[in-house]
Amino acid sequence: MTPPTATATTNAAACPECAAEVRPARSPLRGEVLRCTDCSAELEVTSVSPLRLELAPTVEEDWGE
Amino acid sequence: MRIGLLHSRVRVEERLLIEELQRRDVELELLDVRTLVWDLDDAGSWSRFDAVVDRCISQTQAAAAVRIVESYGVPCVNQARVIDACGDKLATTLALARAGVPSPRTMVAVDAESALQAVEAIGYPAVLKPTVGSWGRLLARVSDRDAAEAVIEHKATLGGPQHGVFYVQEYVRKPQRDLRVFVVGDRAICGIVRHSAHWITNTARGGRAERLDLTAEIERLCVQAARAVGGGVLAIDLLECPERGLLVSEVNHTMEFRNSIEPTGVDIPARIADFVLEVAAGRHAPAALAQGAA
Repeated sequence: MTPPTATATTNAAACPECAAEVRPARSPLRGEVLRCTDCSAELEVTSVSPLRLELAPTVEEDWGE
Repeated sequence: MRIGLLHSRVRVEERLLIEELQRRDVELELLDVRTLVWDLDDAGSWSRFDAVVDRCISQTQAAAAVRIVESYGVPCVNQARVIDACGDKLATTLALARAGVPSPRTMVAVDAESALQAVEAIGYPAVLKPTVGSWGRLLARVSDRDAAEAVIEHKATLGGPQHGVFYVQEYVRKPQRDLRVFVVGDRAICGIVRHSAHWITNTARGGRAERLDLTAEIERLCVQAARAVGGGVLAIDLLECPERGLLVSEVNHTMEFRNSIEPTGVDIPARIADFVLEVAAGRHAPAALAQGAA
């Protein structure tokens, strides 16, 4: 099947770790995790419009399937 | 028809399922579980949903949220009791045993000394697993008494209270692979073989997946295992024991499937969406799903 469609977006936000500009390759969803290409930090989308990013929470013991 | 999708982190699976539901004739609301506040005396506007799908990455959050939403009379996929049965390996094993589903021999103790006795009774190598957790994390295969003592001491000293429940299982000398079968409703829809040189074969840990041809025996066993925990949308993990045949090792209630769509050729999110809509339409009443459950 087809993976989620990538759509261009002009939305961008600063990485809260290194302040580099992070520009999602497709329209993000709240809760999605992006990786900063400059510092490799995992960032969670906490707002879509305007785009807001926070450091993603680390894996908790009860996370999984 | 209005469907709610409970989530926290949005993984590939959630995105695929969201897109699948958005293609249907439904109104879909994304519900970040971390932002919700529930009044236990007032369902408020929750009755607007015909069904709610749980895709929370945290089992604790999922169990709480679904328990509340169900109390409002909204059907959930999966049900709270299914999350309870699958989210705790001890509960899973008990449910499987009650239903007569073959699984690895398991012993449980709640004290370090007793845990060592359990390991010795199982024999070496034995596997110690946390009762809560996923992705193969914190599994320990102990090959002798020294290793068992070390792991038990570490768990007793460094772990939280949950690690004080020592879940000890026989090590099944399976080929370097295990099987995963996806069950939706009352049908096994597809399966994969997970290959790994490591004894932990989770694809989350680099295991390689290929299509599994479902035999009648596999289908029957997996549907039986799914019913044992209450049914719904589930992934059943099987081990091929040289002596006892197929054993059910785990039942997963918020299954990941991104690596299984291509090898199986089955549109898993579409099948899940179909099931959710059937539940929303009242075609899978909780009592019906419970048939065969202990």
